[in-house]
Amino acid sequence: MANQDLTTKIKTEEYFVNMGPQHPAAHGVLRLLLTIDGEIIKNVEPDLGYIHRSIEKMCERDSYQQIVHLTDRMDYLSSHINNEAVCLAVEKGLEIEVPDRVKVIRTIIGELTRIASHCLWWGVMGMDLGALTTYFYAFRDREMINDIFEETCGARLTMNYNIPGGLMFDVHPNFVNRTKEFIKHFKTKIPEYDRLLTGNVIFEKRTKGVGILTKEDAISFGVTGPVARGSGFSSDVRKHHPYSAYDRVEFKEALYTEGDTYARYKVRIMEMWESMSIIEQLIDNIPEGEIQTTTKAVIKLPKGEYYQRVETARGELGVYINSTGTKNPYRLKFRSPGFSNLSVLNHISKGSKIADLVATMASFDFVIPDIDR
Amino acid sequence: MMNLPLSITKTISDWVYSIMPESAATVTIWVLIAAAYLALFAVAGLYLVLLERKVAAWFQLRLGPNRVGPGGLFQTMADALKLVSKELTSTIKVDKFLFNLAPYFVIVSALISISVLPFSRHFQAFDINIGVFFLLAVSSIGVIGILLGGWASNNKFALIGAMRSGLQTISYELSVGLSILTMVLLTGSLQLSEIIEVQRTGGWLIVQGHIPAIIAFMIFMIAGTAETNRAPFDLVEAESELGAGFHTEYSGMKFAYFFLAEFINMFIIASIAVVLFFGGWLSPFGITDNIAWFPESIWFLIKVLIIIFLMMWFRWTFPRLRVDQLLTLEWKYLLPINLVNIVIMAIVIWLNWTI
Repeated sequence: MANQDLTTKIKTEEYFVNMGPQHPAAHGVLRLLLTIDGEIIKNVEPDLGYIHRSIEKMCERDSYQQIVHLTDRMDYLSSHINNEAVCLAVEKGLEIEVPDRVKVIRTIIGELTRIASHCLWWGVMGMDLGALTTYFYAFRDREMINDIFEETCGARLTMNYNIPGGLMFDVHPNFVNRTKEFIKHFKTKIPEYDRLLTGNVIFEKRTKGVGILTKEDAISFGVTGPVARGSGFSSDVRKHHPYSAYDRVEFKEALYTEGDTYARYKVRIMEMWESMSIIEQLIDNIPEGEIQTTTKAVIKLPKGEYYQRVETARGELGVYINSTGTKNPYRLKFRSPGFSNLSVLNHISKGSKIADLVATMASFDFVIPDIDR
Repeated sequence: MMNLPLSITKTISDWVYSIMPESAATVTIWVLIAAAYLALFAVAGLYLVLLERKVAAWFQLRLGPNRVGPGGLFQTMADALKLVSKELTSTIKVDKFLFNLAPYFVIVSALISISVLPFSRHFQAFDINIGVFFLLAVSSIGVIGILLGGWASNNKFALIGAMRSGLQTISYELSVGLSILTMVLLTGSLQLSEIIEVQRTGGWLIVQGHIPAIIAFMIFMIAGTAETNRAPFDLVEAESELGAGFHTEYSGMKFAYFFLAEFINMFIIASIAVVLFFGGWLSPFGITDNIAWFPESIWFLIKVLIIIFLMMWFRWTFPRLRVDQLLTLEWKYLLPINLVNIVIMAIVIWLNWTI
């Protein structure tokens, strides 16, 4: 390439730049140590630890009911799904089957959470690329979901709706109607999103061919979620290891093969459509019945190891519980999607420009407490 | 019958000359004019900031500032007061002299440019015969301030922002200059008032010059937006990449100077567009030509505000370009189109195809 000839002839000097810990593009306290030559990135070294709260260690101290209240603080944008992961793991250990009603409600709220999370991501993606308006459009729609959550369980962000063995309370009487209303509203809004950002020539130029992650790399780095599916790696836990009510709904796994920022963008847009379709299939026939199975006041998991995976908005969240038969886990480990996704950042952004790094990071949809537990 | 604003200024002028010797009176008049322009400058800057916030709010389903004063009218004044009262801090290792000098370069270049703008037939500080040339020359000084600020800040983000600014402003100035040249070719004058007078009889230049004039206008709008460092070309202060770019280390009023200059530059670019393409202070179809008391500067301001609204519209809908794409757009697309456009314009004038 002509560019490379030029750079070998001109003597340039590399320099370090700290991107973060309080950088507008990092969406949290992520510190990236950048080695830069002009505007070209030579190396990206993530430096974690600025928001470390030792959640895993705290989990080992707490009872199983208490653990649930910590997990929604990790990935606060998929809090319901995070809680579900722990509950499913505990239920696996206790060998209890939750009622059908619980499974369906968990699925619906999980998908609403996914839409809300993707809404925020969409707004922030636009913001990172300099189009601030997207943020407000996305928040308008996200607000409706948050209102539904608020009515149902009292919380808008860190929901504590799941408990081991079921749900904390039944859904609000308005739940079905408001969810339907939201779906009707949101179906007219995604085309609006497309008009504002997807079809924009500058947006396409900024994202197509930027931050290319090959399928092989995605697999070898353990990348999951929309990032992996943007590279054509079919990794949807909901498809491959269905939990809750995902085995009874029809939906397509969003797969794009380009592996660039634009593909990851398209994956999430498609996922919003698919989430709406899942909700539509379930909302009209939520089975009647109990919302809890009776569990003991103090849950003691039988001795052994339990692993449960779920698909959060960012990818595969795994919960590993090692129990010695006491009322708290001997060892608890989360396999969070953000952490393995972050590991690939250096690999795919070498040689690109600073602006590309911002676009790539936006398409990874990092939630820092999820990476840095 | 005499124009109302003109009669007021004439009264003041007569009065000043009557109470002091002629040389002193001339100096006093100059100072008064300068003070008036400074006031205009400050008010225009403040209210463009407010307009931007209102337009942004409108685009983004928000209300915008609506607390201070009726409809939030005094919001930016309160902001300015806050900025004035803030401590001017800087880091230890800045190059103090250049660091403090930089905002003045930016603001002075914008201030000097505004002096040749023809707000109306009687409202123009300088009506020099090389007005267009003067505007181009003076408005390009501002980049020195940005480069100095970025360099003297001793901050890498600021430095990257400054470097970007240098390459961006210098590149896009070519397109701005060439698209202006296209219109100068059509009018045969560099004097702003004369360019407007040409449009009194023949219609606005964007109509007179038809296709090449429309192309020139589009290029001028793109390049002008880029030259003022506004979105989608705001790479200089790209907040998601560089924190705040070249003015990362500036606080209080020094930051406000950069900010104010950006808005004034937007005003200047819109004014040039209005003068060159939309007949300056001339009313559309001459509807107020026979109303003697009607201030012509109203038309000028309306047209300028429409162009400014267009620039704000760009800002609140488009994502930001990447630095190499910015240069590609200028050097591979706008510049060649512009050069061809000048030739087309020359042919159009030569064959007398102008309307």
